[in-house]
Amino acid sequence: MKVGVLALQGAAGLHLAALASVGAAALAVRRPDELADVDRLILPGGESTTISMLLEANGLVQPLAERIAGGMAVLGTCAGLLLLATDVADGRDDQRCFGALDISARRNAYGPQSESFEAPLQVAALGPAPLTAIFIRSPVVERTGPDVEVLARLDGRPVLCRQGRVWGCTFHPELSGDLRLHRLFCEEAP
Amino acid sequence: MRVKSGLAEMLKRGVIMDVVSAEHARIAEDAGAVAVMALERVPADIRRDGGVARMSPPETVQSIVEAVTIPVMAKVRIGHFAEAQILEALGVDYIDESEVLTPADEAHHIDKWQFTVPFVCGATNLGEALRRISEGAAMIRSKGEAGTGNIVEAVRHLRSITGDIRRITVADSAELYDWAKRLQAPVALVREVAEGGRLPVPLFCAGGVAIPADASLVMQLGAEAVFVGSGIFKSDNPSARAKAVVEATSNFDDPAILAKVSRGLGEAMPGLEVGGLETRLAERGW
Repeated sequence: MKVGVLALQGAAGLHLAALASVGAAALAVRRPDELADVDRLILPGGESTTISMLLEANGLVQPLAERIAGGMAVLGTCAGLLLLATDVADGRDDQRCFGALDISARRNAYGPQSESFEAPLQVAALGPAPLTAIFIRSPVVERTGPDVEVLARLDGRPVLCRQGRVWGCTFHPELSGDLRLHRLFCEEAP
Repeated sequence: MRVKSGLAEMLKRGVIMDVVSAEHARIAEDAGAVAVMALERVPADIRRDGGVARMSPPETVQSIVEAVTIPVMAKVRIGHFAEAQILEALGVDYIDESEVLTPADEAHHIDKWQFTVPFVCGATNLGEALRRISEGAAMIRSKGEAGTGNIVEAVRHLRSITGDIRRITVADSAELYDWAKRLQAPVALVREVAEGGRLPVPLFCAGGVAIPADASLVMQLGAEAVFVGSGIFKSDNPSARAKAVVEATSNFDDPAILAKVSRGLGEAMPGLEVGGLETRLAERGW
């Protein structure tokens, strides 16, 4: 099984390293032919406005929409979650939302970088040990649709959720060195 | 530290653009910049006009923060921790303790561990980079020679940093102490470089990027993202050039895309020969 990481801009390198560590065949995805070659995909953190523009420039918008609609498993972290959301507040009007995860998110909702933080997170699906979640200028999920399952919350707000094969988290699992979320995403039934 | 350098991870393969106003900042964001850098004057103007170059006025920084959704960085003078305290209070996302502004202290850099906001600092070689990291810098950028539109110094500094990193990875444990002496850097950080084969924080490139090919060159030489100063707003068509540099940085190893995005950009900023410069900005910092 090949797991791709959208590598146009942002923290793709750390996701590729994490995937390799859990034994997945990890591939950087920047072009439509590379997207066609992978079985599942991680949309990493970065700047969602820049990634939106580069998706357009590299001809990936339509192919990616089709793969997601076709049931490819996809995990969006931070900016990646915004790409998957139904709608985004405090973003830019031309920012791309694939609407695969029925949530409303507010971009950069905690404030400037000095408000970025780490927090231990209880995630039942990952076992009893808390996951160290690192939030960098993270978005906040303000609404979840009826088909969205919330897997973890912080201060009552969803920070990890999924809708079928579409996963999203507002924090950065690739920064902490804890590989359990990557492993879970890779082990999910094909 | 991983929260501080975490933001730098998010900026990788991106372009950070120098801006002097909210209007510039919007153009930069529209073109796909991952962040903007607020400063009083772009380096080419500092070079031309002379005088003391200071941090951007608070009202300008504020208007830039309000104008864009992407992270905002701002420059302070080397050693000027009071300017840094003010920028932190204004809510900027990153502070650049920069040789492009006139130094405020001829011996000391800012003790960056005292701040919650992360810092980026310039470096011309590995020793300088590790000294800045020991002071708390969460990102290093090779200095290059700002305001020249000439990439030669950026290449020299990048090659010096990455070349020494490669040499250190094959040094034995006794040789690391000698490396620490020669680099004038803490041995613990030298050891970390030897084990990881990279700086402990992200390495970006600045100083002299004027055309998309320059961005590709420094990315291929090991930079993880690119700062562009005068190269954008001193060119004929800032908007188009900014977008082209963004695409070139993301696709730095794809010559077909580079050839496509390098077309139709109008005149680049006029360049300067480094040998004829009155002031070498890169020599500031200790």
